[in-house]
Amino acid sequence: MSLVRSATPAHHPRRRRLAGAFVAVLAGLIGLQLLVPFAAHADEVDTDKYPYRVSGNVQLDNVPLADVELNVKGNGIDTDVETDENGQWAVGVPEKNADYTVTLNEDTLPEGIAVVEEGNETPNIKEVTVGPGGRVTANYFIGEGTRNVTSFFDVVIERIVNGLSFGLMLALAAIGLSLVFGTTGISNFAHAEMVTFGAITAYFFANLVGWPIWVAIPVAVALSAALGFGLDVTVWRPLRRRRVGVVQLMIVSIGLSLALRYLFQFFIGGNTQQLPGATELPIDLFGSVSMTVIDMVSIVISIVALLGFAAWLLFTRIGKATRAISDNPSLAAASGIDVDGVVRIVWIIAGGLAGLSGVLAAYYRPGLKWDMGSEFLLLLFAAVTLGGLGTAFGAAVGAIVIGLVVEVSTLWIPADLRFAAPLVVLIIILLFRPQGILGRRERIG
Amino acid sequence: MDWLQILQNSASTIIAPATIAYALAALGLAVHFGYAGLLNMGIAGFMALGAYGYAITILTFGLPWYVGVLVGIVAALIFALILGIPTLRLRGDYLAIVTIAAAEVLRLLFLTSAFDEVTGSADGLSGYHTEFRAANPIPAGSYGFGPWVYNEIGWWVRILGFIALVLAALVVYRLVNSPWGRVLKGIREDEDAVRSLGKNVFGYKLQALMLGGGIAALGGIIYAMDRNVNSGVYVTSLTFFVYTALLLGGAATVFGPLLGSVIFWVLQAFLSNLLPALVSSGVLPFMTTIQASTVRFILTGIALMLLVIFRPQGILGNKKELTFVK
Repeated sequence: MSLVRSATPAHHPRRRRLAGAFVAVLAGLIGLQLLVPFAAHADEVDTDKYPYRVSGNVQLDNVPLADVELNVKGNGIDTDVETDENGQWAVGVPEKNADYTVTLNEDTLPEGIAVVEEGNETPNIKEVTVGPGGRVTANYFIGEGTRNVTSFFDVVIERIVNGLSFGLMLALAAIGLSLVFGTTGISNFAHAEMVTFGAITAYFFANLVGWPIWVAIPVAVALSAALGFGLDVTVWRPLRRRRVGVVQLMIVSIGLSLALRYLFQFFIGGNTQQLPGATELPIDLFGSVSMTVIDMVSIVISIVALLGFAAWLLFTRIGKATRAISDNPSLAAASGIDVDGVVRIVWIIAGGLAGLSGVLAAYYRPGLKWDMGSEFLLLLFAAVTLGGLGTAFGAAVGAIVIGLVVEVSTLWIPADLRFAAPLVVLIIILLFRPQGILGRRERIG
Repeated sequence: MDWLQILQNSASTIIAPATIAYALAALGLAVHFGYAGLLNMGIAGFMALGAYGYAITILTFGLPWYVGVLVGIVAALIFALILGIPTLRLRGDYLAIVTIAAAEVLRLLFLTSAFDEVTGSADGLSGYHTEFRAANPIPAGSYGFGPWVYNEIGWWVRILGFIALVLAALVVYRLVNSPWGRVLKGIREDEDAVRSLGKNVFGYKLQALMLGGGIAALGGIIYAMDRNVNSGVYVTSLTFFVYTALLLGGAATVFGPLLGSVIFWVLQAFLSNLLPALVSSGVLPFMTTIQASTVRFILTGIALMLLVIFRPQGILGNKKELTFVK
């Protein structure tokens, strides 16, 4: 039985909760503006004076710690620095390819908190090497000293449970994307923004208007469905009338995605916001699996929504018409199906499911952000392609596979590469089975 | 509000290294998308390979900067080969998904802390400019006139960028007007017809993917020469912005990408100077300066939509020539 240490980076919500209290994070980098890289606002000492730098983050369970004193020593410098309100700091140093000693003054930490690291007597002192890049980071893992040791088997089970829950959430968004692709041929990049829209409207009604969350969420889902309807009426149906080609439609959706994404940033700013209850503590279930009540409710909601959708697609007349259009739109139109009407309903459903998925994502990550949907967009495309383009159930299966790959792969690869794993899987699967898991061969053209 | 300053800042970006980098990337994309009809959604990945190839060669291996340029280009060529061999036989939208996924995988590999020693992870790479700047034949000082006054380093990067851009444009111009280029355009219009004439369609597509990829990598290198390398730059949005620049100028033209990049950057600079200035002088009372700086990206998205719908051939393009691939 192997032992797995549980000190893990924080940008993974589930594992962070499991891991207990420690956490230190690298500054998350999302390049927002064209070619201009993100600049960290750290408390900076001598960074203008010397060309190279040592920098880092001090955080406790995802909360930045301000005014912690650190000291950087070596190669003729002995500089003190304090962290800023984001827990960040940076010190300019004169030499690269050189070693420096970073010391965190534990007296300046809040009461009852210490730097913890397994097998290290003085974890507050770090030896760092400024490499040829001229920069190095020294982040501090800070916690209350608890440490849990979990068996490998338990960790696998726990990842599988998390993977299923993530996959179900992705599936909600992926089936909408897949239905739209099947009926209209659009690879809709703006689907990511429909996901974000759900989270943002829930945030608006729950946090800003002050409605209870169980009212805000259905309203958010309804408004997301309305957004799907609105986009169909204002953008997609006129373009269908003009007989615009699918590649053009795809680029139009990219433009729409950019416009909506920055519109969201315009309104809610660049920070991460939390829905009510998103930060509550998890309950231990079995083995090492622990979940919050909201996590469990999320899974139930996903399953119910997916089953409801499946029943709709299989047993209702409109569901049948949808499948007919996915198969062959002209034949469907010739046999008297109102293609425009069905496509409108598909957009409404796709919008609603995407909005629901966005609300669940805001709890899963946790937190909502103006560009949160685009984080998942490629995973959604991967899910749709894996399952077989245009098949709704394939997309659901693909999404669950993707969810599992994301979570389970972190057993072997670094957590910050976990979103890369499913994309690699996607590329490999396309080489051997281009039609996807449930797709048919004729579709690959 | 200082109109002169705003106009100067906008005019200055006409020959900014970022504009040249976009122009090179858009030119590579024109070969892919405009001439060969390949829906490459991973142009940011090619640029990243150029930039990181250049910086890593200098920093980790200690080789001269011109070797770095070669390594950056070769890395992109190899990437195109690896990407192209399995996917070019598939339908167009599969290529789009595979290229966008592959570019994102590359970015995550450059971002992860697992290879921090080599890639600098979230901090990116810097401090590799010394030798490149030492090779600068221009004596120290400021040169230029009007809004285009730069120091010797600024001119060195720009001159090299221009040379790269002119060479690349010449090569592309000669190639697309050669028999090779006509076959390529034939593939874009009707792959099966070209195949029935006995041409190796797959081979032509692969050559186009490699050629365009190499040019895009050159764009990444020029950008890396100007400032630091950071994985936060090479996101999918970069690909979308390069597409905007390309479609603005005209996808199936050689000079369209150059014109498109210049217009794109001048407008970006103009709006990023103008809008916050309008807000602080009280003309737009309903937004903050931070909000004003996001407006230009909203406008970019809307512009991209309108462009594709109403003028898909771009400013310089010929409506008959570019039918978007089916």
